[in-house]
Parts: sequence; C-alpha cells; structure tokens
Amino acid sequence: MPAISPLTPIRASDHTAGTHGTALTARNLSVFFGQHQVLKRVSLDIAARAVTAIIGPSGCGKSTFLRALNRMHELTPEARMEGDIRLFGEDIYARHVEPVVVRRRVGMVFQKSNPFPTMSIAENVTVGLRLNGLRDKTTLTERTEQSLRMAALWDEVKDRLHAPAISLSGGQQQRLCIARALAVQPEVLLMDEPASALDPLATSHIEELILELKRNFSIVIVTHNMQQAARISDFTAFFYLGELVEFGPTNKVFMNPEKRQTEDYVTGRFG
Amino acid sequence: MQQTMSQPATNAPRTGAPGADRAFQWLTLLMALSVFALIALIGYELMRGARLSLHHFGWRFLVNSDWDPVNDIYGALPAIFGTLASSVIALLLAVPLGIGTAIYLTELAPLWLRQPLIMFIELLAAVPSVILGFWGMSVLVPWLRTLLFPWLQKLFGFLPLFQGPAGSGFSLLAAGIILAIMIVPIITSVSREILRSVPGLQREAAYALGGTRWEVTRIAVLSYAKKGLFGAVILGLGRALGETMAVMMVIGNSPQIVLKLFAPASTMASVIANEFNETPPAGLYPSALFELGLVLLGVTVVVNIFAQLLLKTFAGPSVKPQP
Ligand SMILES: Nc1ncnc2c1ncn2[C@@H]1O[C@H](COP(=O)(O)OP(=O)(O)OP(=O)(O)O)[C@@H](O)[C@H]1O
Ligand SMILES: [Mg+2]
Repeated sequence: MPAISPLTPIRASDHTAGTHGTALTARNLSVFFGQHQVLKRVSLDIAARAVTAIIGPSGCGKSTFLRALNRMHELTPEARMEGDIRLFGEDIYARHVEPVVVRRRVGMVFQKSNPFPTMSIAENVTVGLRLNGLRDKTTLTERTEQSLRMAALWDEVKDRLHAPAISLSGGQQQRLCIARALAVQPEVLLMDEPASALDPLATSHIEELILELKRNFSIVIVTHNMQQAARISDFTAFFYLGELVEFGPTNKVFMNPEKRQTEDYVTGRFG
Repeated sequence: MQQTMSQPATNAPRTGAPGADRAFQWLTLLMALSVFALIALIGYELMRGARLSLHHFGWRFLVNSDWDPVNDIYGALPAIFGTLASSVIALLLAVPLGIGTAIYLTELAPLWLRQPLIMFIELLAAVPSVILGFWGMSVLVPWLRTLLFPWLQKLFGFLPLFQGPAGSGFSLLAAGIILAIMIVPIITSVSREILRSVPGLQREAAYALGGTRWEVTRIAVLSYAKKGLFGAVILGLGRALGETMAVMMVIGNSPQIVLKLFAPASTMASVIANEFNETPPAGLYPSALFELGLVLLGVTVVVNIFAQLLLKTFAGPSVKPQP
C-alpha cells in the first residue's frame, strides 16, 4: 500500500465536462532538484479531450509538473521524481517504458517558439514523423497539410512550404511548433505558456486553435493569464509553492473557489 | 555589478573622467591597428626579399614543378602540393576525431568525465612542436615503416595512392598524422564552443518529439551548428598549412610531386626552415625562399580570415525575435 496523500485527489472526471474519461493520472507526484523539493505530492487527473489549465505564481512548479508528464525533466541531471503517472492507465515510469515513446505520445509546445532554423516549414512539420521512420512521400505530404490545418496555419503558408521556418512571424512560428507537435499524433499536448511571447492577435489565434484542438486531443496548458485560463480551459489547477491547492472545473475555481489562496490569486489580490 | 546597474546614478561615483575613457579607446585602437601594420610590414619585407625571384620567374613560380638549387631553378609547386596534401590528410584524420570528441564532450559524456577530458585535450595543444616531431621521428616513422605501411599496402594496394615502395617511413602520411595530432585540439575546442552555443531550446524541441540522443544531436544540434563547425575546420586548416618544425622532421624533405602516401615530400614551411641556412646571402635562391614565404603568408592569412568570418557570422541561423 502506498502512503496516502494528504491531499485527496480531486477527480476531474467526477464533473460534467470531463465526459471522455481521464488521459493522465498523477498520484503523489514529487519532484526534487537535488535537495530542493519543487513539487510536493501532487495528485491530479487530466481529463481526456478537454483543456486543463495550470495556474499559479512564478516558481510554484507549473513547468516542473508539466515536464514530469512527458519525462522531459529527466534531461536535467539533478532532477528526481517520486510518485506515479499513468497515461490512459499505463504507468509511464514503468521499467520497460522508454522516455522516447512517452514523449511521442505526450507532445509539448514551449513558451518560446523553437522551430528548427535550418529546416523548411514542411520539414519542421514532418521531422517527428521522419524520426519515427516514416519515409513515404505522399503520407508525409498529407500529414503536413493536415497538421498545418489543425494548427490554423495552412492558409498562410501553403504557397511557401519550402521557405525556411524562420521566415515566419513569431506567432506563425509558434503555430508551426504546434503543427510539428501535432504531426506525430500525440494523445496529450502539453503547452507551457504558449502565447506569453505573442501579441494579442496572435494570442487569440492560439486560443481559438486550442479550443479547436480539444476535440481530438487532451490539452494541459500553463498560463499566467487568468482571462486566458477562464476563456479556454474546462478545468483549472492552482499550484502554490509546489502544492496543488485547488483543482476543479474552471467556472468553479474562478467564481466560487474553496480556498482563500485561490480566490486571492484569481482575483489578482495575491501578495 | 547587478546592484550598481539598477541603482540610480546619484550615489554611484564613476571612476575616471570621460577624457581618460576616450584616451583608452584610442590607445586600444592603436594597438589593434599595430597588429595589422605588423602583418603588412612582414608582407612588405617578404615582398622586398622576393623581388628578384618575382621578377625572374613571374607567375611561373607558382606552377613550375622543379625546385632545383643546383641549376638555380625554383618552382613552388612541389612545396604547394606537399603543403596542401599533408593538410588534407591531417583534416581527414582530425575533423572526424575533433568534431566527434566535441559532440561527445557536449552532448554525451557524463559530467564527471568532461573536465578531465577537456584538460587532456588542452594539454595536447600545449606539447611543443619540436617534441611532437621528435616523437614522430623516433616512434611514429619506424612504426609506419614496419607496421602500418605494409598493412595498408596489403589492404589497399590496388589504389595508386597506396602504391610504391614503403621507403623510410618519412613521408606525406607521417606529416599528415603529426599535423592531425596538432590540430585536433583546436578543432575540438572551437567545435565544443560552437556546440555549446546551440540553444537548449533547440535540443528540447527535438527531445519533445521523441528523439533519441543521437537524433537530437543530428537534427537539433549539428544542423544548427553546421556553419560554425565548418569555421572550426577551416581554422584547423589554417594551423596545418603553416606548421613547420614537426612536419619538417618527419616529411622527408624531398621537393617532388608524388601523390603517394608513403612518398617523402616537402611543404612551403619546411622548405624555408630547412634550406634558408644553406643559401648564399644574395641571389635567386634566398629570393625564391622569400617568395615561398610570401605565398604561405598569403594563403594562411586568407584561410584564417575566412575561418574568422565563418565563426563571427555564426550567431546561429537567427530565429526571428518575437514581438
Ligand atoms: N533545472 C533546475 N534546477 C534546479 N532548480 C530548478 C530547475 N528548474 C526549476 N527549478 C526550480 O523549481 C522551482 C519551480 O520551477 P518551475 O519552472 O516549475 O516554476 P514555474 O511555476 O513554471 O514558474 P514560471 O511561472 O516562472 O515559469 C523553482 O524554484 C525553480 O528554481
Ligand atoms: Mg514555467
């Protein structure tokens, strides 16, 4: 029997919006950087085909949480993790599971867009597929169009697919990175402040896109923008000092939070 | 530092008057220019020394394949050939080794191993040229003669490059190997700097797509760093072209153009160092050596400028700044 968490897990699937089951389950997740414990026994369910927003003050462990969900934190040598994470019931930290496979199933988009500058737009989209060994030209072409359409970028780039990726604007580059992540058809998409470096128009593009994407993907998004979390997410998790303070349907977290800290934070009264 | 930066200027007394600052600027500019002047002066002196030869042979000096002091006929081609051939051999050996080591050091090696390895490589760079040449004469050359040459000949004897008598061991290949040892450190350390400057976000992008370490290195690191790595290679070439002492000790010093690994040859630098003491104080012979020096200076300056340009413009293929 594992020790019982002081925080009882709050199941998103208990609520109405999470009608497609649970994509990711985190139980008693703790992450340490050396001696410094950054996440403290976090238990959380990520609903499938819904948007879950992670909010909280800077340094509270949002990115760390996100990176534990696809084992990206293992790239940091001093990082260590305890607890249990399941992807549709499967333990992603089980002995026989390769991090490489986990990352193909759980994709990631970063705060700063990072297309591969030496590749063309099309090559950026298909690079993940080519890593997987897909060589067939027609399939690659199809997937390029499909992914770019999903990322709402197709119309803007269809005439210059072979132009360098860095010839795109910042917002377009970020959508290209989303297309690149979508092309390998992940089950979950993790987004770490994907719009924080963009202007309002590009931001609203990304937000519309996320709402569209949740029909097919489970999305976890870290954001510092409360309005954004309220607009696009079905569930919201509030982290503070490495602990999950509150988690529930976004409406409830914003309109009628249970914890005082949450209320202070979402209303901007945080000290 | 940080504090004084963010503090208002009121209570942060500045040392030195603006005048002193200006003078310092001029002084450093002057010093920088003096380096340039020095190179120009050396070039001028070489040109003066080479005047006789320049006048006598004209452009034919560069394409004439006879270097014949007995008959007072001088052509630079054998030395140019030897210089290029030994440098190419050195690059063929040193580039995979140097860049491979740099990749290992930045991407793969466990952290505890990195520092000792880097130190070892820097130590290699500090070995005096003459010591390396000494080792080359006493260890490498006999080893080539008795072991490597016969073995290579058995494997690749059907290729002209590997044919011909194994000879004394003093050879183009010996020079290439010695040069490779000498330029591996610079290629490694410059490549390492280049690879380290590849943004971590590029690597993360590739990892997030499910790339293995090698795939990440290939798609995110190497392709990003291509141009800079090329600069590192050219810098290594610049070193190899002008290297003198160790090469002179193992190359066999024979002014001939034979495209065979086991044949002796000579380089521009080795000819100058080897023969300058034997020349009469005036005449065509010393003048031809001056001209050889002029060619060598010209080539190395151009190669080095090219390398510097490549490395300078490598801030990476820039990713557009976001609004
Ligand atoms: N590689 C690392 N090594 C050591 N400590 C780290 C590392 N990465 C993060 N941390 C620490 O972990 C804590 C949480 O960091 P994290 O990046 O998860 O915060 P965050 O909530 O995403 O903050 P922000 O909103 O600023 O992005 C911070 O105290 C940070 O200093
Ligand atoms: Mg963060």
